[in-house]
Amino acid sequence: MPDPIRMRIKLTDGIADVRVLIGHPMETGLRKDAKTGELVPMHFIETVSATLNGKVVLEAQWSRAIARNPYLQFRVRGAKVNDEIGIAWIDNHGETSSAKANVPPSS
Amino acid sequence: MSWITCINTEPREAMNNLRRSLLKAATVGVSATVAYGVLAPLKALAALWPATAFEAKTIEEALKAAGVIDPVTSEAIAIKAPEIAENGAQVPVEVTSQLPGTRSIYIFVDKNPQPLAGTFEFRGGAEPFVSTRIKMGETSILRVVVQSDGKFYVATREVKVTIGGCGE
Repeated sequence: MPDPIRMRIKLTDGIADVRVLIGHPMETGLRKDAKTGELVPMHFIETVSATLNGKVVLEAQWSRAIARNPYLQFRVRGAKVNDEIGIAWIDNHGETSSAKANVPPSS
Repeated sequence: MSWITCINTEPREAMNNLRRSLLKAATVGVSATVAYGVLAPLKALAALWPATAFEAKTIEEALKAAGVIDPVTSEAIAIKAPEIAENGAQVPVEVTSQLPGTRSIYIFVDKNPQPLAGTFEFRGGAEPFVSTRIKMGETSILRVVVQSDGKFYVATREVKVTIGGCGE
């Protein structure tokens, strides 16, 4: 079971600012295990997609060079209170995870 | 085992995961259509992961493999990144493009073992902006390419790295 996805959304003048934190090791395949001295196999997110009310607004393709526990921030125009922002990813092992959150009112 | 082998040998697991996610979505009363809306395009996208570009070992090869042709230097691309990154394993990078019709942003690190770090493609509604954190093996030029109306634009800046982050 992959680690959860955390999202923080802030609505300002019709633009939703979305900050996402994804729990993932993003192993490069170059790191040695401290105990065994063996190389830890590559394990990284390859594709991330973000949606607004089910419609794709951002597609990201990643390499091993995205930092561990990836941070992603993006902005979507035309968002309204209660609109649904979705995030989904798939990694090089075929594992996937997704999360959804609603746009909160401006504070 | 190369990552290509990984992908090719595990489609069954991916499908099972997808099925499980859909099932879960259905049982907790969340519309399965919504989960499908997120995961189905993801599956299609995963098949398009640009392996050649990501595995290219020099910046020239990576640019070529990513299809970047004759990029024009542009001041309409703003790169926010530290001048000195103490930890190469977590280097914040923020890119804003003011080029009209910006379709995608590519982030390259010239001196990383594989220079292409990631690509970000914007669809209806997304602002031409992205912020993330990358790994840098050593001091390098950070090269951001923007595709806009079928043309390519580029901006660069140097980030000095104190402790490299490629083994992370």
